[in-house]
Amino acid sequence: MDIATHVFSALYQFGDAFAFLVLSACGLAVIFGMMGVINLAHGEFIMCGAYVTAATVHAGLPLPLGILVGTVVSALVGVLVELAVIRHLYDRPLDTIVATWGLSLIATQGTLIMVGSTMAGVGTPFGSFQVGDYSYSIYRIVLFCAALGVLAGLYALFNWTRFGVLARATIQVPHMAAALGVDTRLIYSLTFACGAGLAGLAGGLYAPTMTLVPTMGATFIMEAFVTVVIGGADVFLGTAPAGGLLAIVKSGMTSWQGQLFGQIGLLVAVIIVVRVLPKGISGFVLRERT
Amino acid sequence: MSKSVLRGLRAAALTGTLVLGSHLGSAPALGAENPIKLGVLEDQSGDFAAATIGKVHAIQLAADEINKAGGIMGRPIELVAYDTQSDNTRYQEFMRRVLQRDKVDVVFAGFSSASREAYRPIVDQFNGFAFYNNQYEGGVCDGHMIVTGAVPEQQFSTLIPYMMEKYGKNVYTLAADYNFGQISAEWVRKIVKENGGKMAGEEFIPLGVSQFSQSIQNIQKAKPDFVVTLLVGTAQASYYEQAASANVNLPMASSVNVGQGYEHKRFKPPSLKDMYVTTNYIEEIDSPKSKEFYAKFKAKFPSEPYVNQEAENSYLAVYLYKQMVERAKSTKREDIRKVIAMGDVCMDAPEGKVCIDPKSQHMSHTIYLAKVGADHAISFPKTWEDIKPYWLGEAGCDLTKKDPMAQYTPSNPPPKP
Repeated sequence: MDIATHVFSALYQFGDAFAFLVLSACGLAVIFGMMGVINLAHGEFIMCGAYVTAATVHAGLPLPLGILVGTVVSALVGVLVELAVIRHLYDRPLDTIVATWGLSLIATQGTLIMVGSTMAGVGTPFGSFQVGDYSYSIYRIVLFCAALGVLAGLYALFNWTRFGVLARATIQVPHMAAALGVDTRLIYSLTFACGAGLAGLAGGLYAPTMTLVPTMGATFIMEAFVTVVIGGADVFLGTAPAGGLLAIVKSGMTSWQGQLFGQIGLLVAVIIVVRVLPKGISGFVLRERT
Repeated sequence: MSKSVLRGLRAAALTGTLVLGSHLGSAPALGAENPIKLGVLEDQSGDFAAATIGKVHAIQLAADEINKAGGIMGRPIELVAYDTQSDNTRYQEFMRRVLQRDKVDVVFAGFSSASREAYRPIVDQFNGFAFYNNQYEGGVCDGHMIVTGAVPEQQFSTLIPYMMEKYGKNVYTLAADYNFGQISAEWVRKIVKENGGKMAGEEFIPLGVSQFSQSIQNIQKAKPDFVVTLLVGTAQASYYEQAASANVNLPMASSVNVGQGYEHKRFKPPSLKDMYVTTNYIEEIDSPKSKEFYAKFKAKFPSEPYVNQEAENSYLAVYLYKQMVERAKSTKREDIRKVIAMGDVCMDAPEGKVCIDPKSQHMSHTIYLAKVGADHAISFPKTWEDIKPYWLGEAGCDLTKKDPMAQYTPSNPPPKP
């Protein structure tokens, strides 16, 4: 087997792990990393996106439209949750753990009771391609591109738009922002909805490749939290390098020793980063810059 | 934030609410003052629920039928059911509860082998009596247990030689990383070697993993003739969709898929194409007995997504228990084991005739080889009648003489006397 095959295979595995980490984490990076709400219902927003996507595809819509619907519905659910629960807990971060954890229990069990124990899958589109001895799924490349697109979109949203500036101002010094005439309540709602929508997008994108069950959110949540924790508070400067670092460790260890060591390696890397950089990667980068 | 911590927290909060009002039993007028209590500990939520809710329904169906026909010796069956939430610690908690507080006569419990090994010491300690109605990795030699599910000598000794003859002798095993997967993989290794084949590779996947790109590549690198998939739980079932979309295109063999998790119904064709499964029951089996059972099941539970192997095991287990109690004229375990020791506890189950082996207290089965087609239709290329659970007995487990309350494997057989 020649070198190009090996290089491509390593890149593909890296991209695959990177996409999973970044897409799992980006919604949480907004809600937890930026807003400071420890959202244990993150996995259930992902599950919501996946279920809505699958349901709309079963109803006859094409997959990209289904993913869009899944994203929008998750964002709307996010608005409702923010209005009903999260709004009252912004200055009580520990209480958000209990509240969102309760929500996640209700969502998982409610889905089990109302929709049943499983939902039929929608099938992965696009087929496969061959490089050397290996064949690869084209959809996995789409996921990688989607992860890059989401990161670029988030960077643009929070740095170049008026909404982004207002959101950052509101979250940094809410009273000052309010004094300057910003409707901080609306900004909080919209930012939370943005995070919930991104979680729904991750669910929609992964829905064709996974088992659709009420507990599916749990398979994302560990990766999401560790990526955000080591990434730190900045959505773009945290999530992108954290996803890259963890993807290298995870795909390298998995190809060397199998899935178990991939997971062990991931968690060891997280412990080391948290120990060395307590404010996360973005905290380190931003300190260097100032 | 680890997943198990989360799950533990969730479970702790749920127990308080779920145990209330979960007495699903139906106790009609006949002799209702003195029912036979049957504990049901199965996963009605969590990662395994898709495969196990049908077991609870099957037990309800059998209990209703028996109660309508006059109960067991005139005594109705009362079900005491708890949701074990796919969580091993819930099994231990509820096993203590049904044995100590509810004082049930018999317990039907468990899906994963990890949960069985979690509760089995408690059954032994409190001198209880439990049925494990699930296929598993084999080897439990315990007088407190009756196993109605199929074991490796029934599922692998039939399946692996068939696959090796049809597709070739290079075998790759992809298994869940806990006692079931590890011991089943050991069986596959042993049988492949006995038949002159070789292992192209093996990988063990932690429970809850859902991303398989690297494993798919490892398989392609090893170039096996077929893959033995011993993946457990709904997260791991994502493998099939991902392997199909990467065009792995290798035949698969399994003892757990289709027959438990009905993956051929849940995934879009052709992701399970050329999957071969040995199972003692699935709803597609085309015999009058099977059709009758399926019709009864659907009449009572019209929205049941699939009637799987473990549902049939659970259903027939209630009838076997009835037969044993009536012959022993007692619900005491020692009296019932005397009946089993006669060696003629048999019944005509939906799958065909089954009998309990007195030495191991496991059950003989009709084993069907189910093949999944490109359109996910099931065909049965081969059937093996009356395959006995012979390994434990041959290896030296004889519960009619001695009760070691232990689990054995090919590399750790019972001690020779």
